[in-house]
Amino acid sequence: MNKELYSPLIFELSREGRSGYSLPEYHYSDKPFELPAQFRRGDKPDLPQVDEPTVVRHYTNSSGNNFGVDSGFYPLGSCTMKYNPKVNEAMVGAANVADLHPAQPYDTVQGALRIYRTLEKALSEIGGMAEFTLNPFAGAHGEYTGLMVIRAYHQSRADEARKRVLVPDSAHGTNPASAAMAGFEIVEIKSLADGTVDVEDLKSKLDETVAALMMTNPNTMGMFEKNIPEIAAAVHAAGALMYYDGANLNPMLGVARPGDMGFDVMHINLHKTFSTPHGGGGPGAGPVGVRAGLEKFLPNPRVVESADGSLRVEDGEFAFGRVSAWLGNFTVLVKALAYILTMGPKYLAEVGPLSTLNANYIMNSLNDLYLQPIAGPCKHEFVFDGLKDKSGGVTTLNVAKALLDYGFHAPTIYFPLLFHESLMIEPTETESRQTLDAFIDVMRKIAEEAKSDPDKIKGAPYTTPISHPDEDEAALTPLLTYRDLKK
Amino acid sequence: MHRYLPHTADDIAAMLERCHAESLESLYSDVPEELRLKGGYDLPGPLSEPELERYFKKEIGSANKPLVCFAGAGMYYHYCPAAVSSLMSRSEFLTAYTPYQPEISQGTLQYIFEYQSMMCELTGMDVSNASMYDGATATAEAVVMAVNASKKRRRVLVSATLAPAVAQVIATYASGAHITLEVIAEDKGVTSRKDFEEMICAGDVAAVVVASPNYYGILEDYEGYADICHEHKALFIVNSHATTLSVLRSPGELGADIACGEAQSLGMPMNYGGPGLGYLCCKRALMRKLPGRIVGATKDALGRRSFVLTLQAREQHIRRQKATSNICSNQGIMTLHAAIYMSLMGADGLARVNRLSAEAAHALADRMLSTGKVVLKYPDRPYLNEFAIETVAPVTADSMLKALADNGILGGVRLTENSVLVAATEMCTPEDIDHYITVLNSL
Repeated sequence: MNKELYSPLIFELSREGRSGYSLPEYHYSDKPFELPAQFRRGDKPDLPQVDEPTVVRHYTNSSGNNFGVDSGFYPLGSCTMKYNPKVNEAMVGAANVADLHPAQPYDTVQGALRIYRTLEKALSEIGGMAEFTLNPFAGAHGEYTGLMVIRAYHQSRADEARKRVLVPDSAHGTNPASAAMAGFEIVEIKSLADGTVDVEDLKSKLDETVAALMMTNPNTMGMFEKNIPEIAAAVHAAGALMYYDGANLNPMLGVARPGDMGFDVMHINLHKTFSTPHGGGGPGAGPVGVRAGLEKFLPNPRVVESADGSLRVEDGEFAFGRVSAWLGNFTVLVKALAYILTMGPKYLAEVGPLSTLNANYIMNSLNDLYLQPIAGPCKHEFVFDGLKDKSGGVTTLNVAKALLDYGFHAPTIYFPLLFHESLMIEPTETESRQTLDAFIDVMRKIAEEAKSDPDKIKGAPYTTPISHPDEDEAALTPLLTYRDLKK
Repeated sequence: MHRYLPHTADDIAAMLERCHAESLESLYSDVPEELRLKGGYDLPGPLSEPELERYFKKEIGSANKPLVCFAGAGMYYHYCPAAVSSLMSRSEFLTAYTPYQPEISQGTLQYIFEYQSMMCELTGMDVSNASMYDGATATAEAVVMAVNASKKRRRVLVSATLAPAVAQVIATYASGAHITLEVIAEDKGVTSRKDFEEMICAGDVAAVVVASPNYYGILEDYEGYADICHEHKALFIVNSHATTLSVLRSPGELGADIACGEAQSLGMPMNYGGPGLGYLCCKRALMRKLPGRIVGATKDALGRRSFVLTLQAREQHIRRQKATSNICSNQGIMTLHAAIYMSLMGADGLARVNRLSAEAAHALADRMLSTGKVVLKYPDRPYLNEFAIETVAPVTADSMLKALADNGILGGVRLTENSVLVAATEMCTPEDIDHYITVLNSL
């Protein structure tokens, strides 16, 4: 590929007078439209002027500077980067939704509403919940939605003192951020040495001011919170609710349901557990499920079923509010439903155990060279606290960058915050033993070179489209647009 | 064996041995027995590919009937060049995660940088983030951002001419953030200037939110609004549909501090409501209050231009509960759509889209009025490609929309029992308009 010619910014490929569109020249009436002067834009926006072949080559070249799940192994912890099936994309076309306006009469969109309803029911079965809203756009948006349901529940009981949400110190950053957006104060719960929640610390913080406990299970160390029945009982006895962050639902498929663990409200990341592509940052979907009794608080609009089985959209009286203009990232819902139907109950039940097997296989193949701070077995993911032998001064960042040269994406690094050199690996069930073996070989080679030739590892990566970028300079002198660059 | 699960029986046996485990079951010995799923899931499937395709085509697709679209209300049917979907489907883009590893994510980072640059051109702002979920959440986050920037002020004034769904999402976000929202009344389809001036004089206002064009498609004159806001130390927030920005006075020209809204109108398929794309842009002074991802340019070790996620100290993974927002995943690949679309269309293409849409809407409105079945809800108000009508008895909104739908036309969005919001775009042919009028005449 000719990177030189097409890789500059699209603005730099612009030449006055070029264009890449094709529009009709309809004659609607003899009266030409004239925009009144006070509403007219003074200047013309300085958008690129490029022909279609140049645009296609520019973005095709640019895609060559990217790494996706289709490019290779993506062991990014807590992100569940499983294979994104191609047939899911095709089903968006088959479902005939592209040209549906969301305000169409219900009798013309029964297929679309059936997708929503069918997926909602499937997620309720998988989550052990009574009902779901599929409107939230992402995992964090789901957390916010779930917490607003919890807020509405307490308010409906005139239990206004419940202003605090408990969050384990190992939680994803979105948990406390979502709780803050929903108007709660955050109280951190300590973790024990084995990475699980300190039940005594939790109990000491439970009182009539607590609205909810937010948890992932397994947690971000990949450990199952085995005290969950005791935790749920204590939280419920204090009058608070249990929130399940579904970011780590994958290893639970076929094994246990959050509803059965005692959770009252949960979200699911369809772009993790249910195989929809992450799109370089989205769109995802973060459906929220609730146990019986909380359905009425779910946000508007709702899809409801009439007595004759037809579906319609309406607002509920007790909904806490609204989190989306329409019914969420609809095509993501289509793809997730295609995945669930493709897997069926039989193969969905294999997802959890095989994802756990893959994680344990890597952990047991590397824990002689990398420091495993928590005894196994793990679930879908695990954390190493860097190299065992740190004498060469090679850090987790160096290991991550060295992996890039071998055609692997890096694991999640420096999270969770409980360890200094966290290296968090999540392989998912769609990786073959051959892929895992190749990854293990490379990780071992890096560990050996970290002793024999540490400077080489510290200089990585060598083969990527760019070498290490200066992130400090980027933050110090923010250049955020093409205009900034031209200054 | 399932085609997504590559494990053979031999693989599983060998891997378990490496793990010193007897069975897959034994890897879950820490899950209490009473919590175990018993009897499996009660779900349909598995379906083979042909069966899956049959289901989606026959059970779902055939139960959906796209109509000739004259509806808007925040979601518009525009042309999209074929090259956009072709490039967007490249799996190096589509199957990537958020670009945490810049060395192997320059593709994603560069198109986000291009998107940010283009949005700043359209809005006349200095800084854009890498997207919000939709126009409604973008506007709600703009409100939260403005209140955070003001530190102590809690009042926010929202015009009654914002789309109801957007206003509801703002109200929801405000309730969590302990923000007091007050509605500036509507006066014959536009924001009451008198109310605005009185309300802002009462003090403690962090921000004022208006829409351009507004929910009724009306072009409101916001001359002087920004100055009054700034005199009272309030921020001025303008919500717009992205496409209209290329011809209308930009939020920057209006003196806005924050520009936000829905960018679905940049040729994105309607897809029954999503995914669209929320945009959020601001003046440089507010850069560090902006929520979400932001991409910046820098240099790599060899001095080559490179792009990275930047100013991350604002974000949830660093700041946790003190972050500017909880947003993590955003609309990602939709910013690629926007960037490719705007590259192909250019400013001239966008201007033509707006001109054709406006001509279609004005021709439709004139001919609708001449049927005698409807009148303009807000006569004499200027509009671009969307307008509200009132039905003349015995015609009602329902009877009009039903007759049109029976003829394969989505005639608009019902506002009340006797008013409808009607939109047109360059996708409406003169024959579509003839057909619309024929049905209206038959009522």
